[in-house]
Amino acid sequence: MPMIAMREVSKWYGDFQVLADCTTTVDKGDVVVVCGPSGSGKSTLIKTVNGLEPFQRGEVLVDGVSVGAKGTNLSKLRARAGMVFQHFELFPHLTIMDNLTLAQVKVLGRTRDQAVDRGLQLLDRVGLRDQADKYPGQLSGGQQQRVAIARALCMDPIVMLFDEPTSALDPEMVNEVLDVMVGLAREGMTMMVVTHEMGFARKVASRVIFMDEGRIVEDVSKDAFFGAPDERSPRARQFLSKILSH
Amino acid sequence: MDLDFAVIGGALPYLWKGFRYTLELTVTAAAGGLVFGTLLALARLSSVRSLALVAAGYVNLMRSIPLVLVIFWFFFLVPLILQGLTGAERPPQVGAERTAIVTFIMFEAAFFCEIMRAGIQSIPRGQLHSANALGLSYGQAMRLVILPQAFRNMLPILLTQVIVLFQDTSLVYVISATDFVGAAAKVAQRDSRLVEMYLFVAAVYFVLCYALSSLVRRLQQRVAVIR
Repeated sequence: MPMIAMREVSKWYGDFQVLADCTTTVDKGDVVVVCGPSGSGKSTLIKTVNGLEPFQRGEVLVDGVSVGAKGTNLSKLRARAGMVFQHFELFPHLTIMDNLTLAQVKVLGRTRDQAVDRGLQLLDRVGLRDQADKYPGQLSGGQQQRVAIARALCMDPIVMLFDEPTSALDPEMVNEVLDVMVGLAREGMTMMVVTHEMGFARKVASRVIFMDEGRIVEDVSKDAFFGAPDERSPRARQFLSKILSH
Repeated sequence: MDLDFAVIGGALPYLWKGFRYTLELTVTAAAGGLVFGTLLALARLSSVRSLALVAAGYVNLMRSIPLVLVIFWFFFLVPLILQGLTGAERPPQVGAERTAIVTFIMFEAAFFCEIMRAGIQSIPRGQLHSANALGLSYGQAMRLVILPQAFRNMLPILLTQVIVLFQDTSLVYVISATDFVGAAAKVAQRDSRLVEMYLFVAAVYFVLCYALSSLVRRLQQRVAVIR
């Protein structure tokens, strides 16, 4: 059974169609990079996986559980799918440690001590153990995004979703975040990553999805995507030539 | 004109009683108004249209009627409503002081609602998304993530509203409740020392409100730094 299965997912804002019959699967341990021009629906697509973006037609299954179905416990499903946002979205009124423990205690029902232990482990892993008592506003963008990744990992997710995790960062901070993500990928974490970082895609992606105007135009292995440009659609070639030429 | 401020000294215990009521009224109305106002704000922002409409109607009604009239209406209506609810033969005696507390909570809720609504809307949508993505329910996200930030951001404006409320409570004199001003008025008339008493009352209001406003200004700077 695939970790994520999407079947003909479609979504409209009024008359405007943002997602059109998107079908794909992500297997356990897969790292799927989703790219495409802005407005192509890639962020919307990834947010259908944990129900942050409702959709009108089609079906999304996460570990066999249907996201859109009436009886689904969305809260439980979301706790198992970690998400990292473009603008970090740490809670500014809470310390780093409280950011990490809040959902562990409130959603998973862990004790405060258990949650702090897990939090420290993961802060250690992203190299920020000494920042536990600070507030998000006191950290750099790259540090905040690493905390956000640690916060998602605290929930012991079965899949991690990244929505343009490096787009809001200063260039010199991009790599510290990508390094953490590469580490996760190499450990076998199932990941769906919306990003324009083609270096990251080349290094760890198992597949690349290219989207345009709400459709999945390409859904191929990394080697096919980067290695055989002549077999790609004209739209994907054009996109690739634009972002890879420098 | 001969002024005799000695009357104030003799009347202090009575004035203190009135002042304590003014404080009690201010604090209760502020706390109650904040709680109900926050609930109203959540209702106004709710996706349930009927709920949002009812809340908006209430808020707009309260904000469009002079406070004096609201006080009057509640003074006459609360006993009648209680009578209707309990089925008593005669309207129960609620008393001016208790009526005033209910009135001010209901009235202030409308104003606190608008402040908290602006506060909630000032929090980026991503905060709710990230709270939901962690598995927190809408209620948990509001209580633990959105409202604390909204409250912190709005604290200077909320306190300014409390200062206005503190001054507005003097309007309870229209239903003869003995607040600070009411107590002073009674002493003033008894001793025919209107100028001295009203000067004293004004001075107390000025000192307290000015001190509070300065505090708000300092807070505002601190909030600006945190952001």
